[in-house]
Amino acid sequence: MHGRALANALRRATSSRAESSAPVLNRLWSRNQQTQAASDDSSLLEVDVVPYSTHRIDSPGTTVNTTKAELQQFFETMYRMRRMEIAADMMYKAKYIRGFCHLYDGQEAVLVGMEAALTFKDSIITSYRDHCTHLGRGGSVLEVMAELMGKANGATKGLGGSMHMYKVENHFYGGCGIVGAQVPLGAGLGFAHKYRKDGSVAITMYGDGAANQGQIFEAFNMAALWDLPVLFVCENNHYGMGTADYRGAKSAKYFTRGDYMPGIKIDGMDALAVKNGVAYAKEYAVANGPIILEMDTYRYHGHSMSDPGSTYRTRDEISSMRQLRDPIERIRSLLLNNELLDTAELKKIEKAIKKEVDSAVEEAKAGPLPKEEMLWKNIYKDTLGMHMRGRDSKTKIKLT
Amino acid sequence: MHNSGVIVFGEDVGFGGVFRCTLGLQEKFGRHRVFNTPISEQGIVGFAIGAAAQGLTPVAEIQFADYIHPAFDQFVNEAAKYRYRSGNSFNCGGMTVRAPYGAVGHGGHYHSQSPEAFYTHVPGLRVVVPSGPREAKGLLLASIQHPDPVVFFEAKMMYRTAVEEVPTGDYTIPVGQARLAREGGDVTIVAWGQMVAVAEQAAAVVQEQGGVSCEVIDLRTLLPWDRATVEASVSKTGRLIVVHEAPITSGFGAEIVAAISKRCFLRLESPPVRVCGYDTPFPLIYEPLYVPSTPRVVDAIHEAVKF
Ligand SMILES: Cc1ncc(C[n+]2csc(CCOP(=O)(O)OP(=O)(O)O)c2C)c(N)n1
Ligand SMILES: [Mg+2]
Repeated sequence: MHGRALANALRRATSSRAESSAPVLNRLWSRNQQTQAASDDSSLLEVDVVPYSTHRIDSPGTTVNTTKAELQQFFETMYRMRRMEIAADMMYKAKYIRGFCHLYDGQEAVLVGMEAALTFKDSIITSYRDHCTHLGRGGSVLEVMAELMGKANGATKGLGGSMHMYKVENHFYGGCGIVGAQVPLGAGLGFAHKYRKDGSVAITMYGDGAANQGQIFEAFNMAALWDLPVLFVCENNHYGMGTADYRGAKSAKYFTRGDYMPGIKIDGMDALAVKNGVAYAKEYAVANGPIILEMDTYRYHGHSMSDPGSTYRTRDEISSMRQLRDPIERIRSLLLNNELLDTAELKKIEKAIKKEVDSAVEEAKAGPLPKEEMLWKNIYKDTLGMHMRGRDSKTKIKLT
Repeated sequence: MHNSGVIVFGEDVGFGGVFRCTLGLQEKFGRHRVFNTPISEQGIVGFAIGAAAQGLTPVAEIQFADYIHPAFDQFVNEAAKYRYRSGNSFNCGGMTVRAPYGAVGHGGHYHSQSPEAFYTHVPGLRVVVPSGPREAKGLLLASIQHPDPVVFFEAKMMYRTAVEEVPTGDYTIPVGQARLAREGGDVTIVAWGQMVAVAEQAAAVVQEQGGVSCEVIDLRTLLPWDRATVEASVSKTGRLIVVHEAPITSGFGAEIVAAISKRCFLRLESPPVRVCGYDTPFPLIYEPLYVPSTPRVVDAIHEAVKF
């Protein structure tokens, strides 16, 4: 009860940072500090999150336990994701990165909250907006940057680029360039978990635009028919390229679109709400079968680098998202308001991460290009003894 | 020719589409005729077939040819066979589906492919690939007016690179007729779309180097294709080179080479050759290696002449 009052106040405090002179709230903060001794890294802190909307399932609780250590980790990971995407934007403009490139900034809380409720034994597959998924699955900024630049030290050895991050050891089955195509794969991943009885789930992520692909409904039906442990995670950032969600979907209540399948709508800008919702859903899915989680979120950048992102939505909309719902600022406020970290400590963290990203960028720039013969490898298990044409038709390079 | 039954739709086409091909159409013709669809390719093509069966003239856009595959069944089993399987009661001839295809510089695996050969394997469809702005206008209008369903692939590289005067008004180029892009006597080069420019460049290079004279044929329509024009040319030159971006194996070049080898067997001076994409997925950083280039075509010309 106390936790709830606190967090309600907190939320009001966070969302009205501009008019912060509310003495009542301040008293609440200090009382909380005393009763919970929250400055200890591992001692529990209770935070209330906004209520979930649900379909054919009871709501998860709205009081979430966390710790200083967890909040700090959320802050660091999201800040790293954000800086990495901003760096990618700059590198694109400087022509170090070419081609198709979709940035994730704004949506960080979805991945960070999800990963807090999962283990790397749970499988993930996602769309082309996959840079941060790679980080969430234990990948490094360097691996992502180098992949974006087509360098051999990239996540996929520089052969795929932006849409092609994969991390086999941590069950990240990759990005996918075709809208919606990864969703049935996710059902197959889930089947394997069930078949092996390993207690893990498969997460298959797709956007609000992808939600209108026919194969998504085929995947829903199979997963539900066979009670597969699958979380269908719809990242509703409210636009599929230039089309607003409600212009492309008769019902934009994506969490209800499994009909017979339960669904939960989660505040995807709040890592704690996501963590709590995903933990609940995972437990449900392992015991009962698939569930849809709609993450209400927002992308700050345009769809891809050729989209300024401002023709089909207002600048006001973007800036109010940043001001009122930013996932990093939310965690920052929790850390500050509960006196878990002070401004100077946060600045220090930010500085260290900026440095980490900057040096990853430099290292990626200096990285080697993949060897020519990689063009021919990995098409089949072996290269079938083919030859490749050299500079002229007389030079033949044997492919081994 | 005015046709009030023409409707234009696809992902974001109301705003002009990602390549701005439909810019201004919604303002001009209204939302009831130019509209956005959800990201549902299979649905888009099936919907076009239904509308066409009712006598409308749908012009659908698939945003990239790489995204056309979810709709493959609709093309192969529904569109192509509608006339045949209904004993000519129904057809979807009003339908034209446009899709940007091919290399673009750094599109990688999913924004660069050339899937035309899949569709040339489907009797009942017509497959058209223009090689420039003027050609695009003439062939697109002809495709829209054509009584058979047309798959219309546009080389997306040219959206940025091609500049040309285009006739105003109702200008059509007949579907099914190839174009002699360059006259010559020693070697015939057949190409379509973006590769016509590469063939022409190679022809210019060898002419300058040593006076080898190439005839370049812009095939324009791949299904059904203009065998007569190619046959006449190869009968004259005795040598055939086909250039396409798609992987070589089972590419449409194979069909041309087989058909012409039979028809011109005794007049051939050298084995017909194909200069094509390699049998690999479309690569990201290796695109310049993969896509047929002028030097590769020049080499092939020399080999044919010296055989
Ligand atoms: C089958 C297919 N159709 C179209 C595209 C082009 N495309 C790429 S992303 C995209 C929008 C998808 O929107 P959404 O699912 O909401 O994901 P978001 O980009 O917002 O993360 C479109 C139309 C594609 N890659 N694949
Ligand atoms: Mg979206």
